[in-house]
Amino acid sequence: MAFALVLSGDGDLYRIVALSLRVSLTATGLACLFGLPLGALLAVARFRGRNAALVLVNALMGLPPVVVGLLVYLHLSRSGPLGFLGLLYTPTAMIIAQCILITPIVAALSRQVLEDLNDEYAEQFRSLSLTRRQSMTALIWDGRFTLLTVALAGFGRAVAEVGAVIIVGGNIDHLTRVMTTAIALETSKGDLALALALGIVLMVIALGVNALVHSVRMSAVRQAYA
Amino acid sequence: MREVPVPPPVSCQRVLPFPGRAASGPCLSACGLRYEAGGRVLIDGLDLSLGRDGITMVMGPNGAGKSLLLRLLHGLIPPEKGSVFWGDTLLDAEARKRQAMVFQKPVLLRRSVAANVDFVLRPGDPVRCDALLERVGLLARADQPARLLSGGEQQRLALARALATGPNLLFLDEPTASLDPASALMIEDILREERSRGTKIVCVTHDIGQARRLADDVVFLSQGRLVEHRAAAAFFKAPAAPAAQAYLEGRLTL
Repeated sequence: MAFALVLSGDGDLYRIVALSLRVSLTATGLACLFGLPLGALLAVARFRGRNAALVLVNALMGLPPVVVGLLVYLHLSRSGPLGFLGLLYTPTAMIIAQCILITPIVAALSRQVLEDLNDEYAEQFRSLSLTRRQSMTALIWDGRFTLLTVALAGFGRAVAEVGAVIIVGGNIDHLTRVMTTAIALETSKGDLALALALGIVLMVIALGVNALVHSVRMSAVRQAYA
Repeated sequence: MREVPVPPPVSCQRVLPFPGRAASGPCLSACGLRYEAGGRVLIDGLDLSLGRDGITMVMGPNGAGKSLLLRLLHGLIPPEKGSVFWGDTLLDAEARKRQAMVFQKPVLLRRSVAANVDFVLRPGDPVRCDALLERVGLLARADQPARLLSGGEQQRLALARALATGPNLLFLDEPTASLDPASALMIEDILREERSRGTKIVCVTHDIGQARRLADDVVFLSQGRLVEHRAAAAFFKAPAAPAAQAYLEGRLTL
């Protein structure tokens, strides 16, 4: 029955899937925009308090989604400092929450990848008198195929997350209902077919994205670009 | 082989500051360099003055401190004591922009051959990039991944990238150490050509034949100390230091 629902082209189901992808991909993109430069900076720069910064970023990887959801809720609610924006219970609020949740993941994992790369390049970059910004840009570009895996880890966390998006999104039908919140709701209502159908789609998406990233990375390895 | 006058050894009193930047003055000088690591002194009280042109070969047995000396002179690592001067000023990042270095193991970016050269041509200059690749015989492979080149090709690409910066001074750390004779000769030809263009070259080598072919002057190190710095013809004819004599005769030295 669940498979039949997936194959039937059910409009509600595909709207939910599309919104999930839109929210999680946007959040992943934004997290990469903030997290990759932060990871590169931590990989390249040596400053007082760097170790504390590393511990903090690593610790933030384990941020509980419901806590992030609560913090974003407090800021976006009518009485919160950003309440005037009217973003609560919108996909934008969900994107913000997911972005906060996965930026530390992207930053911490990319820091490790880029620090290894920097160990290889540092002397050459110093010889070329590159600025820190030039070094960071070069590291991110040269590590791009490995960093795809980092982005994938962030996307995986975002698309599978339920705690934060249900708090700031509210699971409103046709507006903020995504796969995970829909699964939770349909399970509680006893509509296991729709819950299972969404679960199947979620798994297929996860497998598909992993396979795509893996094939891109393998192609880069063969070309010695990774 | 050209006879290039070797600048006299410097003393701190004479080096600080160097008088003017006369064409005949040294381009690079080191004064009282000392470097230690793990409680071991690797470079000790080294004074050196290099002329503005020609090829200086840095020779000596393993562990003598040759590669370390290059890194100190290029400013990649700071000395424990002493200073390096570029003309009459202390070596800094600005001065380093007029130098380039080719490492024993080329560090190539994970990009195409052309992109590796283009990386240092700011802003990108495809005509100059092609000219440099042609000069090192790699133009036909411009679009291929750099890290799939052979060892000799990778070294030539690293050399092209170094030359792309238009250096006044080029450091090379055993650039032909793992290359076959044909590849080594190709590198040597490029170095001769670069010397004729007025670039000062400082090259570490273990290859005595290569040093005889290329050197205008020779810096000989032993146990972290500079034991001899003379014009190449005089050095190879009759090295003054016992360690250098033993090295050239192939005798083991400690």
